[in-house]
Amino acid sequence: MIIDTTEVQTINSFSTSGFFKEVYGLIWIIPILTLILEITIGVLVIVWLEREISAAIQQRIGPEYAGPLGILQAIADGTKLLLKEDLLPSRGDIRLFSVGPSIAVISVLLSYLVIPFGYRLVLADLGIGVFLWIAISSIAPIGLLMSGYGSNNKYSFSGGLRAAAQSISYEIPLTLCVLSISLLDIVEAQSKYGFWGWNLWRQPIGFLVFLISSLAECERLPFDLPEAEEELVAGYQTEYSGIKYALFYLASYLNLLVSSLFVTVLYLGGWNFSIPYIPIPELFRINQMAGIFGMTIDIFITLAKAYLFLFISITTRWTLPRMRIDQLLNLGWKFLLPISLGNLLLTTSSQLVSL
Amino acid sequence: MTVPVTRKDLMIVNMGPHHPSMHGVLRLILTLDGEDVIDCEPILGYLHRGMEKIAENRTILQYLPYVTRWDYLATMFTEAITVNAPEKLENVQVPQRASYIRVIMLELSRIASHLLWLGPFMADIGAQTPFFYIFRERELIYNLFEAATGMRMMHNYFRIGGVAADLPYGWIEKCFDFCDYFLTGVVEYQKLITRNPIFLERVEGVGIIGGEEAVNWGLSGPMLRASGIQWDLRKVDNYECYNEFDWEIQWQKEGDSLARYLVRIGEMKESIKMIQQALEGIPGGPYENLEVRRFDRAKNSEWNDFAYRFKSKKPSPNFELSKQELYARVEAPKGELGIYLIGDNSVFPWRWKIRPPGFINLQILPELVKRMKLADIMTILGSIDIIMGEVDR
Repeated sequence: MIIDTTEVQTINSFSTSGFFKEVYGLIWIIPILTLILEITIGVLVIVWLEREISAAIQQRIGPEYAGPLGILQAIADGTKLLLKEDLLPSRGDIRLFSVGPSIAVISVLLSYLVIPFGYRLVLADLGIGVFLWIAISSIAPIGLLMSGYGSNNKYSFSGGLRAAAQSISYEIPLTLCVLSISLLDIVEAQSKYGFWGWNLWRQPIGFLVFLISSLAECERLPFDLPEAEEELVAGYQTEYSGIKYALFYLASYLNLLVSSLFVTVLYLGGWNFSIPYIPIPELFRINQMAGIFGMTIDIFITLAKAYLFLFISITTRWTLPRMRIDQLLNLGWKFLLPISLGNLLLTTSSQLVSL
Repeated sequence: MTVPVTRKDLMIVNMGPHHPSMHGVLRLILTLDGEDVIDCEPILGYLHRGMEKIAENRTILQYLPYVTRWDYLATMFTEAITVNAPEKLENVQVPQRASYIRVIMLELSRIASHLLWLGPFMADIGAQTPFFYIFRERELIYNLFEAATGMRMMHNYFRIGGVAADLPYGWIEKCFDFCDYFLTGVVEYQKLITRNPIFLERVEGVGIIGGEEAVNWGLSGPMLRASGIQWDLRKVDNYECYNEFDWEIQWQKEGDSLARYLVRIGEMKESIKMIQQALEGIPGGPYENLEVRRFDRAKNSEWNDFAYRFKSKKPSPNFELSKQELYARVEAPKGELGIYLIGDNSVFPWRWKIRPPGFINLQILPELVKRMKLADIMTILGSIDIIMGEVDR
């Protein structure tokens, strides 16, 4: 994490004493742990939100026994899955079977490195930025294929193949949308005009394509054929139990969280408050560069926008039916790909014209 | 090491009797070529309970609780056919009021059956929310049934010559309220489902049956009417008092799953119309033809002897079926439900053959799924609307 110079000096003053020298060496681990804690709590919140929102749509109440308002339901589910027996298929490929879910989770967790939560609040300020996410998320289909093949089950294999095909075909429109965004200066430019400066308005087609592609990457309805219950009995996840199943579950929600964070940063204005004509930003702008309060507000705003996108994605999941695999692939290759190419073309030509 | 030669074999997958799809215990053995289905073989019999054999040892009154277990979602129809067959055999008159009550119950049961077809159909396609909405409406129908018959689902309500009990006071007003509410519910489904592009893509053009093909396979019910043939037993046979109401046959021309969906939604709306007309025009009078219950009791009857007192399964004087045979049918929500009854001059029938609509309609499944994708099997199976209780009996 890039720390401000005043804070570096204060920390350097610690290094004079011998005991703190070792601690100072390890100080890089604190931001990583903070982020991991934040992500874990984020997943718990998403699970709770999904159950409450789906219950509201279906006219029933969600969980209410595990903790007040059912907040601890996700922890209860996780604990139960931890305590279950870890089954291994007798004639499947045990190594592939065990490693598969881990690869899916690791690739998603690595994508959190490049998300900015505030002004210069990134874990790794790389030059390639968002393309790290796209590159690493391409590793996830390998994990799914390994799980599907190692299960020694025709259904799982079929589901794994479908999942891999789906992931691959929706990466390209995703990449092209992000390419056209990266031509514009991402969060700084969005702050110039407040609400109307969001990239959402400058790239509406790109926003819609990104939305659909990220839903398809996360394998959420309307694109969840690999895990369709009726046809494939949970697809590549069929033979899993216990903690490995929990890892798939976790990977799904982590993926969703990372996609929604990227949508906020790229399209919804990042950490800027962005609502014009309210004197509060002026008040905060004084505190902006000076201290933790400003940073907390920035993080809070980013998370609030991310959860707005999550609400949309959860509502979509419980409203729309599922698409068939060939219709899904048609949508990806024959519809979204030309549109995103056209979007890129429009963006580049407008950049050239306006210079 | 030699490179293994890849063989092009077809994959045989078993969608076993247990599966999360909500179709009961049906086993399908599919032959797949990747995603395309080459062949499908349904294996039945997992719910066979010997209903026809049991009927040979029960009187009609004793058999009535069994019949609701054939099609457990449209229970009034099974009871109606069980009672209609002996009525036709012995030429028993049914009072007007009983006939109207029967029609109201039958149409409510038709709505309930179509609702519980819609929920699993949408759940198979992927939208899990309508499943909860249909149960909201079905609970209202259950409440109406419970007030009139005493049971929510397996009512033992129909009797030879009428119904078991009259409608309670205030039931008709409640039924009117339900009809008004349900019409708004159907509009909600139309808005959510019928114009949804993803739903249309999944359902349009899937599982097309031509008109002649439907007649050749012996299909009935909404499957026949969705292929362009306007055949509804309520208009053809004119049983109960259906000819006193003003209603249209719902039919479509294309014969795909979307047409079957539209036919069933239309039938629900027509049923509401019929119920409203029946409720407005219901006459007074008796609700059961009590002549049926009057048996010749001889003095010093053998039934009061010592030999009959302590033995079980000796039926008391009861409705006797004469030595004739006939076929009676009703328009159940799934198709034509029929009974072929051979009487034997005793209280037990000699042969009670059930013609279940689900069993006959299921025969066309292997034909329809050839060259379709794996995901279409669920759509087609759902649109045929089978229920294993009556397929296996």
